[in-house]
Amino acid sequence: MSRPRVRAAIRWLCTLAKRVNQETLVSVVLTAMALTAVSGLAVITAFIFKEGLPLIMKVGLKDFILSSDWHPLEGKFGIFPMVVGSLAVTAGAMVIGLIFGLGGAILLTQFCPPRLVSILKPSIELLAGIPSVVYGFMGVVILVPFIREHIGGPGLSVLAASIVLGIMVLPTVISISVDALQAVPRPYREGSIALGATEWQTTHMVMLRAARSGIVAAVILGMGRAVGETMAVIMVAGNTVALPHSPLDSVRTLTSNIALEMAYAAGDHRKALFATGVTLFVIIMILNTIALRFSRRRAGGTRSR
Amino acid sequence: MPDLLTQQPTSARAGPPAPPSGPAKVRVEDFTASFSGCAVLHHIALDIFPRERLAIIGPAGSGKTTFLRSLNRLNDLEHGFASTGRILLDGVDITARDVDVAALRRRVGMVYAVPIPLPWSIYDNIAYGPRLAGVRGRARLEELVVGSLRSSFLWDEVKDRLQEPALNLSGGQQQRLCLARVLALQPEVLLLDEPCSGLDPISTARIEEALAQLKAQYSIVLVTNNTKQAARASDRTAFFLMGDLIECGPTQQLFTNPSHHRTSDYITGRFG
Amino acid sequence: MRHNPARSQILAITVMWVLAALTIGVLLFIIAFILAHGVPHLTLAFLSEAPRSGGREGGIFPMIVSTLYVTGLAVLIATPIGLGTAIYLTEYTRESRLTAVIRFGADCLAGIPSIIFGLFGFVFFVITLGMGLSVIAGALTLAVMVLPTIIRTSEEAIRAVPRAYREVSYGLGSTRWQMVTRVVLRSALPGICTGVVLSAGRSISETAAVMLTAGSSLTLPRSLFDSSRTLSLHFYTLSREGLSMANAYATASILILAILAINLSAYWLMRRFVAKVS
Repeated sequence: MSRPRVRAAIRWLCTLAKRVNQETLVSVVLTAMALTAVSGLAVITAFIFKEGLPLIMKVGLKDFILSSDWHPLEGKFGIFPMVVGSLAVTAGAMVIGLIFGLGGAILLTQFCPPRLVSILKPSIELLAGIPSVVYGFMGVVILVPFIREHIGGPGLSVLAASIVLGIMVLPTVISISVDALQAVPRPYREGSIALGATEWQTTHMVMLRAARSGIVAAVILGMGRAVGETMAVIMVAGNTVALPHSPLDSVRTLTSNIALEMAYAAGDHRKALFATGVTLFVIIMILNTIALRFSRRRAGGTRSR
Repeated sequence: MPDLLTQQPTSARAGPPAPPSGPAKVRVEDFTASFSGCAVLHHIALDIFPRERLAIIGPAGSGKTTFLRSLNRLNDLEHGFASTGRILLDGVDITARDVDVAALRRRVGMVYAVPIPLPWSIYDNIAYGPRLAGVRGRARLEELVVGSLRSSFLWDEVKDRLQEPALNLSGGQQQRLCLARVLALQPEVLLLDEPCSGLDPISTARIEEALAQLKAQYSIVLVTNNTKQAARASDRTAFFLMGDLIECGPTQQLFTNPSHHRTSDYITGRFG
Repeated sequence: MRHNPARSQILAITVMWVLAALTIGVLLFIIAFILAHGVPHLTLAFLSEAPRSGGREGGIFPMIVSTLYVTGLAVLIATPIGLGTAIYLTEYTRESRLTAVIRFGADCLAGIPSIIFGLFGFVFFVITLGMGLSVIAGALTLAVMVLPTIIRTSEEAIRAVPRAYREVSYGLGSTRWQMVTRVVLRSALPGICTGVVLSAGRSISETAAVMLTAGSSLTLPRSLFDSSRTLSLHFYTLSREGLSMANAYATASILILAILAINLSAYWLMRRFVAKVS
């Protein structure tokens, strides 16, 4: 397009913009922006499924998920070991996440003096900010040798991955549990104390029960985080494609599978990795939907999110 | 500082007010308002004249505030608001759909019951309205700020701290700030919704004194729950009851010899 | 022995404090460990030179540039869209089916793992839109990743502004857009900035998504369509392939210091916001 034509076009656009009511223009632009989040989700879902679903159809859903035979270069795509690997690592992570996370949340809301809260809360947020590769690295440098020498096995194991992931999901579990505990109406706590209970009794008999659905949401969202974590797990879990028989065995998770092989995968192999992504996506969606439903069902009324 | 509590109210000093002259500034014709189908005002017909103070009295829930907010289309912000009838400002119907409400609200300004200074400096609070209207020059803005602060009797107290946060002012000062904020737009009609509720007597007296002076330039509509305030600070009074306009007339006449028995019941405190 | 509630309480509290101390201890240990091993290697040469022999020697200058590009662009793209969405949800509509759908979309997006974003970015930006492994593909992918965070924090910041301010603004003759920009955004700004700053932190830490979209080239990116390697990916490669422990620690130190700076500024911004709105 020649310069004078470009200039004329811009001038025409400007007069058009001036004629259109400014408020209408703003409304249209903002509506378009607001729809990007939903359309983004739709596009992501569409593309992942488009790439991965055909392969699942081709191999057969049962064979894909339940077969332990993962030999992509020979056309065998069974991801069962990876599914078990993900579940094992996540379960282990949630044990740690629940104990430390719930304990931390109870401490912050029920027993902590305000001065310490203002130190602990930012520390938890800092914990969330540390890159996953750094966690993985620390796992490799400190945790894995420790397990190898003092507990057994190759060190790169379900146990190592569980511990590292457990620490990584702590901020999620703590912050959502804190929200759940703080949403419990004050009269519950005060009523219990007025009846002569100690604070600890109040906590485990009244507060936890009232905040139960929020805490469940916290745990499930933490699980979602753990299932989705990639880099740290690659570094400490060992990445062997085999079913684990003990926490000291090395495993490969669904996420690691994708990240490790994507660089050199081609054709059906690549499609199989996308199919792994589809599986992961479905698992996460189920977990998150359950969690969201639990977090809306809280004692003390609704909360706008 | 003059002892405002012992001074005679301005309206009493000035003698009985002159009867309203000339055409109405605002004419309300058969105005009915409802929220989500539930009517709160029924067939209101009322005139507001230039250079007068009209007080609106009545018990809670009578629709006084709804009426006031209809005059500058602030009720549009409430979901489910609907109205029939007309409100004419200088002969032009402001309830029509294509009215520029922003411009309307610059001509018909409102002061609320609770003073709400914006979290900025005193200067910025008052300059906000003119800036919205497109006033740019610093000299002009300053002229408007100083003028409106003088008119609301706040100038002497804040003249050397205009850049300080408005939230640092006392309640009475904040309310006068809100009055100045509206005056900076140079409106034609002033609407005040129980402006002195929660204020101490001295602040109340200051605001009433400001209104007495402002009536020379504006039409003032003052909603108040305090019948005594209506008696001392207005020229005409309208009595609303449960969404109906019962009576409207010169203040002295309404308070000494009301035409309607409900009016005298309310004024004498038989119900409220 | 009779059950003694006071004693159980002391026991429970002690256990919880031990757990908390362990958690904080881990945090401090990680930071101290990385910085202790890495800071001695953080020389000016390291920061300004290009890497040699695959990263075993030399510096990390291209990685710093790459990280700034990718993160900066991601935040630059996501902020207007996220803020616009938040304004739309709070000021331009009432709660309805549409707003519920938009919120659901944002919540789901927030839960998707980074590797899936990486896959999506690869299929959509790198291949379908033909951008190739590039800075811009990485930035766009990260932008979609941090979008929900910006929407959520902006929405909370806007909702915290008192309702009365809006009515005051309308009463003085403002249009809705004037009210939003001059009153609401002015008060909500520190809270919004906190969300933006936190998103920047997430982008810097992100590895899986950039691995599949921005690539891992060691050269300095000269245009948006060049492939490049971010700091976190470089650290991952160095440590996993055992190329140079010293450089790995140094790279990690930069990351940790950046995260600390980001968290501190977010914290400071949040305190300013709380002071302003209360």
